[in-house]
Amino acid sequence: MLSRRDMMKQGALLVAAGGAVLRSCPVRAASPVRGGHVRVASTTGSLSDTLDPARQSMVTDYIRGAMFYDGLVMLDETQVPRPALAERIDSDDFRTWTLRLRSGVQFHDGATLTSADVVYSLLRHLDPLVASQVRFQAAAMRSVRADGPLTVIIELYEPNISFPSVLGMSNFAIIRDGTKNFATANGTGPFRCAAFQPGIRSLAVRSPDFWKTDGAWMDSIEVISISDDMARHNALLSGDVDIITEVNPRLVALLRRRDMGVMESPTGTYTDFAIRQDIGPGKNADFIQAMKCLFNRDQIADSVWLGFCRLGNDQPLPPEDRYYNHDLPQTTFDPERAKWLLRKSGFLNQTLPPLICSPAANASVDIAVLLQNEASRIGLRLDVRRMPADGYWSQSWMHFPLGFGNINASVSADMTFAVAFASAAPWNESHWRSPRFDQLLVLSRREADEEKRKAIYHEMQTLIHNESGLCIPNFITSLDGYHRRIRGLHPYQGGHLMGNNFSRFIWVDDEAASRQSESAPA
Amino acid sequence: MTMNAALIRAILRIIGASLVSLVFVTIAVFFITAVLPGDVADALLGQAATPDAVAALRHSLNLDKPVLVRFVIWVNGLLHGDFGVSLISRRPVLAMASERLIHSLLLAGVTALFAVPVALVLGTASAIFRNTLFDRAVSLLTLCVVSVPEFLVATLAVFIFSVQLHLLPSLASISDIHSIGSFLASFSMPVTTLACVIVGQMSRMTRAVMIDALGSSWVEMAVLKGASPAHIILRHVIPNVIAPLFNVIALSLSYLLGGVVIVESVFHYPGIASLMVDSVAARDIPLVQICALIFCAAYLFLTTLADIVALLSSQRRHAA
Repeated sequence: MLSRRDMMKQGALLVAAGGAVLRSCPVRAASPVRGGHVRVASTTGSLSDTLDPARQSMVTDYIRGAMFYDGLVMLDETQVPRPALAERIDSDDFRTWTLRLRSGVQFHDGATLTSADVVYSLLRHLDPLVASQVRFQAAAMRSVRADGPLTVIIELYEPNISFPSVLGMSNFAIIRDGTKNFATANGTGPFRCAAFQPGIRSLAVRSPDFWKTDGAWMDSIEVISISDDMARHNALLSGDVDIITEVNPRLVALLRRRDMGVMESPTGTYTDFAIRQDIGPGKNADFIQAMKCLFNRDQIADSVWLGFCRLGNDQPLPPEDRYYNHDLPQTTFDPERAKWLLRKSGFLNQTLPPLICSPAANASVDIAVLLQNEASRIGLRLDVRRMPADGYWSQSWMHFPLGFGNINASVSADMTFAVAFASAAPWNESHWRSPRFDQLLVLSRREADEEKRKAIYHEMQTLIHNESGLCIPNFITSLDGYHRRIRGLHPYQGGHLMGNNFSRFIWVDDEAASRQSESAPA
Repeated sequence: MTMNAALIRAILRIIGASLVSLVFVTIAVFFITAVLPGDVADALLGQAATPDAVAALRHSLNLDKPVLVRFVIWVNGLLHGDFGVSLISRRPVLAMASERLIHSLLLAGVTALFAVPVALVLGTASAIFRNTLFDRAVSLLTLCVVSVPEFLVATLAVFIFSVQLHLLPSLASISDIHSIGSFLASFSMPVTTLACVIVGQMSRMTRAVMIDALGSSWVEMAVLKGASPAHIILRHVIPNVIAPLFNVIALSLSYLLGGVVIVESVFHYPGIASLMVDSVAARDIPLVQICALIFCAAYLFLTTLADIVALLSSQRRHAA
């Protein structure tokens, strides 16, 4: 049984681990101050911007969603689910989950949160017309029903001990029962929506009825999106915005020189090279091993990410993950071995399918070129075919024998395995089929013993590392830039401005900022 | 009398021809967008686009119907004055596009007010003082300005005036404009950037047209008659070069509506060009259509106007 107490206990350990992260952050002022306005510039923004939690898939949407809505749980800096709208989440068998909702929580339109809102918010993901981003995750729920005004019972098809993490995904935010119109947001979150123009801006003002008494210090937060890299950095430097997402690694030094803060958040987001195992050369295991040996991971780290990354070992959990398998031997750059394997597999002098890459998959074009270069040194000819970002995910990704993809940090190890590696996974990029892996996934979801589950996760990583056609050279460190007057930011494993939840934690300290600028010339 | 009737007939013919082009462009845009890879269901779902989810969404949006059926539905709506709703936001596309069009017209209008007189004066002066140091300097300068890509001009301007000098805001967000002062501050850099693009071209064309006119026999005649240079320019040259000049201006202005997506994106200015780029990326076809219609209509309006001006001025000359 994973009661709230257990979650807290588990959490207590993790807070201790998280403390190190907090201390390493240079900006921690004494106490938060209420009031003020900040302006945030995100990257992507278009008329597809949406306030419908189900449809959100871009960082700008997530940031807005986290201001206006609450989830049943909220993930902390190490991705541990913490109580939010659900005060307690209990299950005896990990199949039937009982959620006790917080009482007296108000929507921005004045209505009180009840179990009907939760039932509606969760079940709508199953309707294909909602076009939910998490329909796959929602499909694990057999039923969601209200048991009184403040209790919700969720029954899953199969037990899953990690289910509370799923509820922490931004897309599962709670909206008012029956909501169909998303011209504005009606949530229970710390801010209410005062303006929303897709592709242009949104304005959030603090909600006086927010259920949490601490946090949400700002009076108002404006979010705009500037897709042009230079323009976004210039807007921060000129003081026209206070916070920007996705600092270009090449501009980190410039921002720091000009006394701007850059927050580095280690995340599980990766750009991968997927070799399909059902067609083409990927049917041959030696070919896959050869390609893994051809990745000059240190060079990619230095020249593509400028060091703002962590080493990848061809399995999807980043080194800071609590389930990371440290005993797994690291795949290293070994062109001699690659050449030997290629000769053995007979692919050395053959014409291979092109490497499909695109600006849509972060840095994949640069990585493809580096890979091509290393291949040419051992006499392997690789063609790089660059596809436009527009339509890449639907038209190219996972369609070709050799191609690049990009997977965002997930809410739990379980979710990572389930969406991208299980045989039935929608994002099984290499089309890998392992009955043993699928079996382990089912076992891990029933395993209450943390140590035993960890051992299962270790074996799953080993299987992926050894057998799957996925090369994961690095994990990307998320970079956010901010003006020194912004306080309260610290790194989350969810990446991007505290897992998009920054609006709940930041405050402004104008005095400190002016003190700093006075002392700067001296 | 017959002269006027012939004139009106000619003007109607020009207008008729442009309406035909408008219809043709509309049809072309519809079928070109139909062959773009992927549709709005793919775009909406992105990485979550599983086949059944895509199929269900496609069905609800009528995208599973054959392209000809969709075309008939769309044309039928159009004939009833209904431009359709956005496939993504479900808002009427007419309202969405007109909101952005107003912003674009404002930016284009301010830029034209500033750039056209500058270009005309520069071009005329270069023509009068042709082959002098002044002419060469203007020529070199405009050539340089035209050759620098606008994103560089915009980014450099922001770097100097916003980042280094803190004189002007780096963004031209409409929501920040509350006074004449903030309007001027917000608009100065986008307008200057756009002016850099069009002044060079307009002034060089003006110079060429002017030199042509100044070398003509009737100007020689006027000089022989002892007319003052100002009199020659204002009374003889200008009326004769209005038609080609108007053509140059019309082309530049049509660029200011549709071709300014880079400036809109660098300065975060919510114009109609970026709306169209967005709608193509999202495969929101009704929105793509109305943007294309607006660009095409604006272009045709300006060029038709230029044609009519040319017609009228040649009439005037023949009549004189």
